[in-house]
Amino acid sequence: MTALLWIRDLSVRYRHDGVEVPALKGISLDVKAGERLAIIGESGSGKSTLALAVAGLLARGAVIAGTIEWSARQLQESHSVTPERQPSAVDGNQTPLLGRDIGFVFQDPSSSLDPVMPVGRQIAEVVRTHLKLSWRDSCTKAKTLLERIRLPHPDSAFHTYPHQLSGGQKQRVAIAAAIAAGPKLLIADEATSALDTIVQAEIVALIRRLVAEDGMTLLFISHDIALAAALADRIVVLRHGELIELGETDQILNAPRHAYTRALLDAHLGLDAEPLLDRRGASA
Amino acid sequence: MSRLRRFFRTPEAIVGALILALLAAMALAAPLLFPGDPQAIAGPALLPPFQDWSLPLGTDRLGRDVLAELFHGARTSLAVGLAAAAAALLIGAVVGTLAGFAGGLVGEVLMRITDAFQTVPSFLLALAFVSVVGPSLGVVVTAIALGAWTGPARVARAEVLSIRERDYVAGARVVGMHPLEIAFREVLPNALPPVLALSSVIVAAAILTEAALSFLGLGDPNRVTWGGMIAEGRTVLRTAPFLSVVPGIALVLTVLGVYLAGEGVVESTAVRRSLS
Amino acid sequence: MSVLAVSNLAKRYHRGGKPFAAVDDVSFEIGPAETLALAGPSGSGKSTIARLVLRLIEPDAGRIDFEGADFLALSGAALRARRARLQMVFQDPLAAFNPRATVARVLDDPLRIHGLASRAERPRHIAALLERVGLDPALAARAIHEISGGQRQRVAIARAIATRPSLIVLDEAVSALDVSVRAQILELLLDLQRQERIAYLFISHDLGVIRAVAHRVVILDAGRIAESGDARAVIVNPQSAIGKALVAATPRLTRNRP
Repeated sequence: MTALLWIRDLSVRYRHDGVEVPALKGISLDVKAGERLAIIGESGSGKSTLALAVAGLLARGAVIAGTIEWSARQLQESHSVTPERQPSAVDGNQTPLLGRDIGFVFQDPSSSLDPVMPVGRQIAEVVRTHLKLSWRDSCTKAKTLLERIRLPHPDSAFHTYPHQLSGGQKQRVAIAAAIAAGPKLLIADEATSALDTIVQAEIVALIRRLVAEDGMTLLFISHDIALAAALADRIVVLRHGELIELGETDQILNAPRHAYTRALLDAHLGLDAEPLLDRRGASA
Repeated sequence: MSRLRRFFRTPEAIVGALILALLAAMALAAPLLFPGDPQAIAGPALLPPFQDWSLPLGTDRLGRDVLAELFHGARTSLAVGLAAAAAALLIGAVVGTLAGFAGGLVGEVLMRITDAFQTVPSFLLALAFVSVVGPSLGVVVTAIALGAWTGPARVARAEVLSIRERDYVAGARVVGMHPLEIAFREVLPNALPPVLALSSVIVAAAILTEAALSFLGLGDPNRVTWGGMIAEGRTVLRTAPFLSVVPGIALVLTVLGVYLAGEGVVESTAVRRSLS
Repeated sequence: MSVLAVSNLAKRYHRGGKPFAAVDDVSFEIGPAETLALAGPSGSGKSTIARLVLRLIEPDAGRIDFEGADFLALSGAALRARRARLQMVFQDPLAAFNPRATVARVLDDPLRIHGLASRAERPRHIAALLERVGLDPALAARAIHEISGGQRQRVAIARAIATRPSLIVLDEAVSALDVSVRAQILELLLDLQRQERIAYLFISHDLGVIRAVAHRVVILDAGRIAESGDARAVIVNPQSAIGKALVAATPRLTRNRP
């Protein structure tokens, strides 16, 4: 597999009250084109910072060192309709455009959707902006997208407002908007954390299907190792801004090299883990 | 301390603080620099400014020292402005907190009372109150506060309504805290910042209202006030305009200083809020 | 005898003019030192039940007996006094405390309100409570917003046990915590239950956590009880549609264990 992007020695520090706090320390990794890569870690691990850095969404106060290089060929393949591209001044590589080349799904769909615009129009706006289609064609494409994310009543869904939808439905719309322009990379940053178990499973299934259908590369950011394992081909484990371990999902689960990865796996309370009540009963 | 630094970051805040500091210094220094009665006769009547250096701003119709009156007037203006604003904020915060926290019938009744006060123009209310009770410093303060507490009450109520729903208020109930303690110890302190942001407007309005009352002869007759000085100078406006202009400028500068400093406070707390 | 007995509890809300039942004819009991879990998707009524049981909101119908007495009959000072025996830990420990509070003040409140210690004795009690939940007593002087999420949840537990309750409602109390911290907090809760015989009403959407700590589980769907029973038996073999859906949706870690 060829790489979609190369992250080399990436460090990010945030300025907070005049003090610089490191969020990422010298991360290097390749994201292969078409793979589903999960980035897991606990709070403060830097997983969201990494997602934002890849999307070029870091706050202006962030101090960034290192490089993120994108494969020009991989980006070109994704869009035949957009010939004009600005070479980046820094590394001579092509700069991907958020929305067109990168789709980003946030944890809270309410904050990424416009509360006073019907959801169909919001998606159509993305289509028109990035694919330079007519408003009519954009609306048609938006309707197709609403069908693909399987909202109930896709015809009337075009005219509904975000507040009329449930949390899971809003997240579906946010995903539709993220993939509307046919991005090469989809980043889901804790996209299911605010949802209950059943809706979470539905959204994960939706992401899996859409990524497969469109041949997208997926960056799946999560604190939940089991959820990540169910979706990803490879897993990156971060802790305190450092890359602890990177490997195939199977290897991470069954032969973790790092003690921290093992601790994360052992701390997971699944439906097959030994209940704490019993452990206690045995020891007491 | 970083809060203080943030406050002094804007030029408006610096100018406002300087004006207020000057005013406070005038008020504090008045009895030291002009120990006698400012209403006593100090020289010939209607002496223009900059003629006699023992009476730099001249004298009024009765031969009273204008500079001494100006200094002592600063005391009255500041005292009345601050006391009335403090009273208005206190009444407003308490009524707003009770109305927001109690809700139901109590809340409705309190807010209708607030409406009633708000529909009467505050200056007319103060005028009527002083006319009936009689002019004295305490009455003037009360009269001004009566017309000014409704704004803080509304803001406090809106803030309390949102804070009331937070988990920590539920937590305080679960711990068994008395509703009044929850309202005044847990909720009110967190509802105060937007209420205090109103204080500069209220202080400025109170100072102006006091001046207007004094101008109409409803101020405390035993104290020198800027409003009273302007009224006094009005009869000789053509021949000795400085008698009205000097206290007028003092009034304008004071209100300007209060506004600017208030802006600075709001600005610095806004930065704090957006950071957290 | 049960610590808490809830029967035919109901709470209706109006949404867009239409009445809808947040909680509908719910009955359950919790015995001493028992953990009963309430599970279900969002909107199933879990948190509403927690708030009804704590009298933070009032039910439209039903009965709540706490320690053998009618809990809904209490009001005013009698209710506040009774609250000492029935405590709560919230999901977000930062939102659960006054943003201006210090650790000491948070723990001082229950001791002062219920007259459990004189002013002079309280610092010693606070230090003992902090040690009880595995925290350094020196933390007492710190502001709530200065300590970590895990420490905050320990402080929340310390506040809950300060009045020696017989029942603590844990509303998604470990859902916002990192997995490593979560394990420690669950261990602490089990420790306290064993030593002080506290019953827990454990509200969670996570069947893995419920299976780890709960004796029995009640699965809710749209305000009604879908099924209930021994926690492990229900999770291994759910009978209701919603129980099956919850189990199927729970992410599994398929490891080839040695």
